[in-house]
Amino acid sequence: MARINLDHIAHSYNPDPKSEADFALREVHQTWEDGSAYALLGPSGCGKTTLLNIISGLMTPSHGQVLFDGRDVTSLATEARNIAQVFQFPVIYDTMTVRENLAFPLRNRRVPEADIKKRVAETLEMLDLTAKADRKARGLTADEKQKISLGRGLVRSDVNAILFDEPLTVIDPHMKWVLRSQLKQLHRRFGFTMVYVTHDQTEALTFADKVVVMYGGEVVQVGTPEELFEKPRHTFVGYFIGSPGMNVLPCALEDGGAVIAGHRLPLEGRYRPLPGKVEAGIRPEFVLLTDDASGLPIQVRSVLDVGRYRVVRGTLGGHDLNAVVPEGMPIPAEPRALFEPGKLNIYHNSHLVEAEG
Amino acid sequence: MLEMRNVSKRVGAATHIADVSLTLERGSLNVLLGPTLSGKTTLMRLMAGLDQPTDGEILFDGGSVVGVPVRQRNVAMVYQQFINYPALTVYENIASPMRVAGVDKGTIDKRVREAAELLKLTPYLDRTPLNLSGGQQQRTALARAIVKGADLVLLDEPLANLDYKLREELREELPRLFAETGAIFVYATTEPSEAILLGGNTATLHEGRVTQFGRTIEVFNRPNDLLTAQTFSDPPLNLIEAKKQGGALLLGDGHRLPLPHGAATIADGSYLLGVRPHHLHAANPRAGGVPLEMRVAVTEITGSESFIHADFAGARWVALTAGVHNHDTGEQITLYLNPEQLFVFEPGGRLVVAPGGAAA
Amino acid sequence: MEKTWNNKAWFMVLPVLLLVAFSAVIPLMTVVNYSVQDTFGNNVFFWAGTEWFEELLHSQRFYDALVRNLIFSAVILAIEVPLGIGIALAMPRKGWAVPVCLVTMALPLLIPWNVVGTIWQVFGRVDIGLLGHTLAAMGVNYNYVQDPFAAWITVVVMDVWHWTSLVVLLCYAGLVSIPEAFYQAARIDGASRWSVFRYIQLPKMHRVLLIAVLLRFMDSFMIYTEPFVVTGGGPGNTTTFMSIDLVKMAIGQFDLGPAAAMSLVYFLIVLLMCWVFYTVMTNYGQEKD
Repeated sequence: MARINLDHIAHSYNPDPKSEADFALREVHQTWEDGSAYALLGPSGCGKTTLLNIISGLMTPSHGQVLFDGRDVTSLATEARNIAQVFQFPVIYDTMTVRENLAFPLRNRRVPEADIKKRVAETLEMLDLTAKADRKARGLTADEKQKISLGRGLVRSDVNAILFDEPLTVIDPHMKWVLRSQLKQLHRRFGFTMVYVTHDQTEALTFADKVVVMYGGEVVQVGTPEELFEKPRHTFVGYFIGSPGMNVLPCALEDGGAVIAGHRLPLEGRYRPLPGKVEAGIRPEFVLLTDDASGLPIQVRSVLDVGRYRVVRGTLGGHDLNAVVPEGMPIPAEPRALFEPGKLNIYHNSHLVEAEG
Repeated sequence: MLEMRNVSKRVGAATHIADVSLTLERGSLNVLLGPTLSGKTTLMRLMAGLDQPTDGEILFDGGSVVGVPVRQRNVAMVYQQFINYPALTVYENIASPMRVAGVDKGTIDKRVREAAELLKLTPYLDRTPLNLSGGQQQRTALARAIVKGADLVLLDEPLANLDYKLREELREELPRLFAETGAIFVYATTEPSEAILLGGNTATLHEGRVTQFGRTIEVFNRPNDLLTAQTFSDPPLNLIEAKKQGGALLLGDGHRLPLPHGAATIADGSYLLGVRPHHLHAANPRAGGVPLEMRVAVTEITGSESFIHADFAGARWVALTAGVHNHDTGEQITLYLNPEQLFVFEPGGRLVVAPGGAAA
Repeated sequence: MEKTWNNKAWFMVLPVLLLVAFSAVIPLMTVVNYSVQDTFGNNVFFWAGTEWFEELLHSQRFYDALVRNLIFSAVILAIEVPLGIGIALAMPRKGWAVPVCLVTMALPLLIPWNVVGTIWQVFGRVDIGLLGHTLAAMGVNYNYVQDPFAAWITVVVMDVWHWTSLVVLLCYAGLVSIPEAFYQAARIDGASRWSVFRYIQLPKMHRVLLIAVLLRFMDSFMIYTEPFVVTGGGPGNTTTFMSIDLVKMAIGQFDLGPAAAMSLVYFLIVLLMCWVFYTVMTNYGQEKD
């Protein structure tokens, strides 16, 4: 498989773009490592599909270059890029058997019949489809069909990358789990370069080594699931990742501490004074409810029991504040909120500010 | 009040709905939870009067409505696809059922604006649906269903085609909207997490049968049987066979689990144990956790939690644990299980012990 | 759609049932009645039993007409189906050209049979017809009144001109319902144009093609108006199809009994052929499941 370089890629439908607003996709400059799994995550209209189409060759970016292993493929058509793609709805050749479906891309490339036989058998084994190899593909379930779509990519030895466009959309929740973990195992075993487009944070986070969060035609953060959770670089990332999303509260910085709703909280590290909009972000998972007097006074609006934890929706000084309380942990009658030390992030004009030492 | 009494629906030799009895109260939110083709849509079509039952009775406020055509029933329906009148503005789309009913102009205007406000559609009232995002289109369809003042509002996977985050927000808004109208709401979904977030009551469906109906959180915590527990578990319920022998549960490969308190009175013999993924812990939570040695197949990390897929006693297990636990494939790890959090099913599927006590 | 049992529905279909009874069942019974009797006019009938049927099934004239019909239908299907698929594939999928193409395609379908016949009758005339005259000027010996081959060509071309559009429109409807992802996947799989047709487009058109073949077969098997207008069944009997023969017999010769017997046999043949076509094609489809 290949390393993918997106070299100052941008796309505008306007032939003569004047401002940032004319771009459907703002400048993306990324190197995606060979053998890694990347997820493009964002709401609809964020540009993730545009970026995928640029990689697959369905679209040519108006600016920049796409490189596979250093080779410029920007002007190459999809079929010349040696990529594989799994679409939202399973694409299978109805009239063929599972085996014939998998052999199809190889036959088209005139691979010797003996090699085809071997590769197809390996792929069937890899996908747990050996038992159904000689069934007509159209009679299979949605998740099996998606595996066939994937298999037509895996069977080839020349594939640079496997692209996924929301592949679990039509799969039932129970099967999603199975399919997702199988995919992850395949990735661990064989080290494919994979790019996965989704709006579902769980899918993106569990699938990818690195998640590329997009918003408004822009990449707002690239990071591991842990980084996105602990240190969102933008308040949008904090909101979009996590259920419920990160609490964002207006705050002021005062000699080594953050003042939120009139209460001063100590901060780890020093921050330079910042002009303009300053906010503090804290994950609901890091808000502890206690009856300890040192906590911040909150008003509880509602408690939602979701089985394995409860979401307490409250307000702090008129601003929404959610807390996640694990199963079995009591909620005090008049709870006060404590923030786990070191988990408070400071945002300046929606962007994360790092402490200075 | 909508009452279904022993309702069945057969088409040719195929049974689509088998002997369903449900009572839905006014002002209640009722979730139909089940995988694709479990009969959710057929059940809704029967409630709406789009289909007639083969057997059984459907009563609305005590009177039979079998055979009463849909047009004469006060029913609203929202589908997975965003269905609006493409040529009409959002305002006219929302107003359309009231115009058909001949409501006066002032009332229409008031109710359209209220609904638009509630569903955050006010800025888009003059646009046509095709110029809106999917979420806005579906909110328009929801607004139309709400202003109609229907007695029965049927929502068939209304959020399935929306973005994850938007789904989360609407899920939060919907129960509030439902409570305000006093109608009977029925909401079909394939996702257990969606049912839990919506609250209200849940009926779990399996192959055309309602396996359980009750308050959502109770059905989740105390399913009557294995099918219900499996339908209502996401990630899937871990299952393993065990033999009860005196004060212990013996697993196939020689592992012994202490008996949960609720199981003290059950007879010796074969049982099926169910473990919810979040009841497998990476660290011994409190006293009583039994260590289980497992071989990791793959781990998935969401940033705050980890899904550990691992092999134990001849089965593939999933653990949902807090924090980041990255393990390599093939690694041996220890997960802890508190026997008090076990589900114990009879071989036939009936639940005998639930976490925290014996089943009713 | 699932059907539900509703007694009221029977009242709704009653008018239709009555209409069908009057327009189809009763005339059919009349024909059955005629087919077993003989008459010399004046409403005097004699019992003839199966005589007319036996005579018909031993008549060379009947077999000649039947074979002509079968050849005609086969030729029509062999031309119209591939041609229709070809045109549908060549039609644009989006843009302003779509409605233009669709309307152009629909035009021939809107023209009544006898008008089509008349148009071609005039068009093909050697003295004043554009086509006939041009061909004659080019030295081609084309005269549908005297040359059986020319007569056949004319009737076939006429039908192709009139009805290929139907196949085109049906196939086009099948083609536009194929999601774009299928074409993208095929490109990624390195599929040739032929493979795309064979493994994506043809399977997705399977259902509409079934309908197209059935409709075109039934229609072409019952062809009457065009050859009647253009060639009158000639030269000789070379374009005398069963329907034309039937009319000759019933009205020209006033042989009501034999004509009735023939129409019944004709009817049964059409029914049988349709059933065979339908079963073969649906079974072919199910085999693949």
